[in-house]
Amino acid sequence: MSGNNPAKQKQRTLARTTRWSRAVPTTVVSLLLALCLLFLGLPVASLFLRSGSSLSLHTISDPIVLDALRLSLSTAAATTLIVVLAGTPVSYINARYRYPGKELIDSLIDLPVVMPPAVAGIALLMAFGRMGVLGRHTSALGLEVAFTTLAVVIAQIFVAAPFFLRQARSSFQEVDANLEAAARTLGSTPTHAFLHVTMPLATQGLISGAIMTFSRALGEFGATIMFAGNFQGRTQTMPLAIYTAMQSDINVSLCISLLLVIISFVVIFLVKSLARRNAHAAG
Amino acid sequence: MIDRKPLIAALLVAALLSSAVAADQDQELTVFAAASLSVAFEEMGQLYKSNSTYRAIMNFDGSQMLRTQIEQGAYADVFASANKKHMEALQAGGFIDNSTVRPFLKNSLAVLLPKDNPGRIHNLSDLARPGLRLVIGNSQVPVGQYSRQILDKMAEDPDFGPEYRDRVLANVMSEETNVNLVVSKVALGEADAGLAYISDVSPKMTGQISTLPIPDRYNIVAEYYIGVLQGSRLPEQAWQFIELVLSEQGQSVLKRHGFSPIGSSNLIQSAPGSQADILTRAAETAGAAA
Repeated sequence: MSGNNPAKQKQRTLARTTRWSRAVPTTVVSLLLALCLLFLGLPVASLFLRSGSSLSLHTISDPIVLDALRLSLSTAAATTLIVVLAGTPVSYINARYRYPGKELIDSLIDLPVVMPPAVAGIALLMAFGRMGVLGRHTSALGLEVAFTTLAVVIAQIFVAAPFFLRQARSSFQEVDANLEAAARTLGSTPTHAFLHVTMPLATQGLISGAIMTFSRALGEFGATIMFAGNFQGRTQTMPLAIYTAMQSDINVSLCISLLLVIISFVVIFLVKSLARRNAHAAG
Repeated sequence: MIDRKPLIAALLVAALLSSAVAADQDQELTVFAAASLSVAFEEMGQLYKSNSTYRAIMNFDGSQMLRTQIEQGAYADVFASANKKHMEALQAGGFIDNSTVRPFLKNSLAVLLPKDNPGRIHNLSDLARPGLRLVIGNSQVPVGQYSRQILDKMAEDPDFGPEYRDRVLANVMSEETNVNLVVSKVALGEADAGLAYISDVSPKMTGQISTLPIPDRYNIVAEYYIGVLQGSRLPEQAWQFIELVLSEQGQSVLKRHGFSPIGSSNLIQSAPGSQADILTRAAETAGAAA
């Protein structure tokens, strides 16, 4: 590119072919990028274009929509809270310590990410269903798990927890263990060092892991419909309501889909700005 | 220049594959059929294949789901609905060749119980007992609509009382989008009972499921409708499939799978000694006991 390049002379003689050999890949790449944009953007845009009147007050106030919205937000929030509370110490231990069986636990944590949700659904049913391996005993004690709101949360935790666990572990790994050691030499207790040195440095990663878990939980469909069933207000989350309503009133489906898209955008925006503020505060 | 060879090869392969798929599709008749027809229509498809150079590819789901798919542009040659409503909706939308629409069988409902009867359900009143776990179809799928009609009729009977319907519905733990999902939850023992078609208790299922009959005076007659799609590329072959379904041979397949032929005016009287007949007698006994 620079004018004093000795190869320039040669380039000029080959200008014709060079221009072509550059222009073609550039065109192909920009075409591919445009296709990519269209392919990803068009469906989301079409959701808004085709919705028309479906976002009206009348459709939004449909009990199917309200029940699904309430259920989805509360179960996904419960899932995220449980995963963060239980998953943070687990991830920290996995990032810092070795123990027998760690390999196995690491692999198990990764499993639900690659496992199809339908498999997760039937696996959960075989474990916690009324005839299930564990469910048989809880059922005898009068505690039914499958086909309840609890089952919705369990399905979400099962499929969504790995996103937080993986992210949290690598965030903790990125924090220099020497910093904790330094805090300890300055008189910090391990807990104090964890809370005041490690946590602030890992916060951004933890938050993004929590968002991933929340979004995955919000979108959970396959495992939920198989393990928790489909009952309005109790186990019919927004994705299930989209599926069910599509068979009778496509406007209701579109309305719920739009709400989910909007929620996804809001969540991403909120958490990103939160993470940015935290990063500033820490810096 | 070097890069082009694999590209051309890939394009050629893709072209060959797509033409192969297209050629294959020409020999396929696509049948969209209500979920309750799953087993019977697989057999019907075999029968069709033995009389034709075409083979019938089946897509089973709740009739309302199939209707939505057709409305949204899914290709089908034949549509078989478990009620009149979804067929009429497609006719109104101009999706069906009206001259081909026929009722082709009758069905009715029963209460399905897991073999070991965990809910200890012995008569229809038991369904209202608080704490039971029931599965039914949702209010869009034909089986769910029929179930609600039956509960309405029972609620009008002083034997059950006006709260019966609400008490039964309060026990519902899941509303399914097709009848096969109701049956499988009962067969798995996850539900104490489910409302499904009498035809759903196939010989294969009798090891896992037992039935509590619903007496005639509360039961409904579910009429199934079949027709050729307006957009069918194989209207002749589609009509041949319907003719097969309506033929004596086709009707006997349906009868063997627990459905009632359309010709008979009364479902239950149609087949002395059949499953339906046994159910009637059981129903009468149950009715007398109630």
